[in-house]
Amino acid sequence: MNKTVNQKAWFLILPVLVLVAFSAVIPIMTVVNYSVQDTFGNNQFFWAGLEWFETMLHSERMWDALGRQLMFSAIILLIQVPLGVFVALNMPKSGFWSSFCLVMMSLPLLIPWNVVGTIWQIFGRVDIGLLGYTLDAMGIEYNYTQSPLAAWITIIVMDVWHWTSLVALLAFAGLKSIPDAYYQAAKIDQASRWAIFRYIELPKMMGVLMIAILLRFMDSFMIYTEPFVVTGGGPGNSTTLLSIDLVKMALGQFDLGPAAAFSLMYYLVILLISWVFYTVMTNMDKKEGK
Amino acid sequence: MAKITLDNLAHSYLPNPKGEDDFALKELNHDWADGEAYALLGSSGCGKSTLLNIISGLLHPSQGRILFDGVDVTQASTADRNIAQVFQFPVVYDTMTVRDNLAFPLKNRGASPHYIADRVQQIAKMIGMEAELGNRARGLTADAKQKISLGRGMVREDVNALLFDEPLTVIDPHMKWELRTQLKSLHHEFGHTMIYVTHDQTEALTFADKVVVMYDGRVVQIGTPEELFDKPQHTFVGYFIGSPGMNVIPASVAGSDAVVHGAAVKLGQSFGPLDGKVEIGVRPEFVTLTDGEGVPVKVRRVEDVGRHKIIRADLFGNEINIVAGEGQSISPDMNRVTFDPKRVNVYVNDWLKEGEAAQ
Repeated sequence: MNKTVNQKAWFLILPVLVLVAFSAVIPIMTVVNYSVQDTFGNNQFFWAGLEWFETMLHSERMWDALGRQLMFSAIILLIQVPLGVFVALNMPKSGFWSSFCLVMMSLPLLIPWNVVGTIWQIFGRVDIGLLGYTLDAMGIEYNYTQSPLAAWITIIVMDVWHWTSLVALLAFAGLKSIPDAYYQAAKIDQASRWAIFRYIELPKMMGVLMIAILLRFMDSFMIYTEPFVVTGGGPGNSTTLLSIDLVKMALGQFDLGPAAAFSLMYYLVILLISWVFYTVMTNMDKKEGK
Repeated sequence: MAKITLDNLAHSYLPNPKGEDDFALKELNHDWADGEAYALLGSSGCGKSTLLNIISGLLHPSQGRILFDGVDVTQASTADRNIAQVFQFPVVYDTMTVRDNLAFPLKNRGASPHYIADRVQQIAKMIGMEAELGNRARGLTADAKQKISLGRGMVREDVNALLFDEPLTVIDPHMKWELRTQLKSLHHEFGHTMIYVTHDQTEALTFADKVVVMYDGRVVQIGTPEELFDKPQHTFVGYFIGSPGMNVIPASVAGSDAVVHGAAVKLGQSFGPLDGKVEIGVRPEFVTLTDGEGVPVKVRRVEDVGRHKIIRADLFGNEINIVAGEGQSISPDMNRVTFDPKRVNVYVNDWLKEGEAAQ
């Protein structure tokens, strides 16, 4: 067959190019642009090279924020993944109550992030919040505006409340896809409840759990709104996560150069960790396949 | 090993079954003799799997009792019944090796490691997977997986019964034959009570000592392959067993004569007056196409299947099949059929009616 050569066909991909340019390339290039320049106002910019990147790499403030961010993501993953799986395992498998649970569990996922923050901000207040007031009345010292520990517990519990359902829903979908015959065979083989989980349910859920872990990692690593609404990064800097710090720097102090360098590094860290996750997971998959 | 007794057993998947139609498995009384190999034969959806799952305890019946050697186990769990069951689609534990898969039921029963190793080796040999023992079960082909499922079913020696739910559906024909032979020799060797569900009559007839034919939630006949062929108790058995199945033709019967659309047919037995839907059933093997006397038919086509010829004909709007010897010549003027009187069965409302010997 003869292939027709028509260079005008390139125009057909033009819409995609325009779309990607406006949605990704141009915004990122703006940031790149800021990250290599310095300004003293008046819209005058000077070439700064990689200076801002060097500054940020030596900035204790950024390393501290990164440390807090990693701790936050690690804690919520360690809580949400097992808890989500546990919830999914104990949900009714079919019928009215199954749908009911699904709807109830989806509710937190539908609430706008700043509303979630506000809910918990009020809920935890010692003077008028149900949670804060109750704890205080029981003699438990709890004040998220003063105690870093209380602040951390609040934002973690809030995130668990907000997002565990996502893990549970994904795990539930994984569980539902297991044919009945597997459970029947396990009964015939007299497998214990643990063995059923370990050898049937977990392997079959692995695929969706990977997705859940990846999603939860990325989202938690980028989290901004909810902790910002609740604690504003305080008390002190104790709950200043990466994005909160970034916004402070970029919009609060208007340090565009360092903030841009910060953003790019932030972006690369997420990319890197996601890539590591993904590689490890797909490798695990392959190894199992042998 | 045990004798399994079904006492008044019936099952409905509905919470409040009203009439008989609501029952997937209609009332049933039967003894499965200890050490016998049974085939449970029937078309899809006739209740075979339901019955099997009730015996293994995966399903609890809506009514009636199940007894193992006289002990009521109706409410007992699958584990307590100690039964092995193999399902239609392969179930393997993906993350385990083939060896661990085979050892799994024994480990769960707390057998000694030494015994497990020996037994797994034996079973692996039986299913021809010794070389793959160390491999992971995931990524194996469907028939390899099904062989593992079969192996897992056979690995326990002390089971009360071995149940197979169409286990060879996914296996290729050559291996099918071999595995069926293996199952049979296993049966001879250990004498387990075996129940083998299938919708393939060849499989049923070659595997089993006794074939149980089910139709629409009911056991319609239990018998040896020969009995099923000669005296089908129900028209369904006639249709279902044999290739092609039995011809069933509406008729009226008086004494030892039947009348099919005005043409007389001799019967080997004589009958009193019959009520209901009366039909005669005769296997294609006992129908002869002639150019002489007989019931008129229109021959539609002749199929030569090698060993014999199958003639498809039309008898007053009823399809009729005739098996003719390979050597027999068929000419266009042959448009009548005769039946071997001894081989003509009479059915009233689909059930076989036995008459008295004709004078």
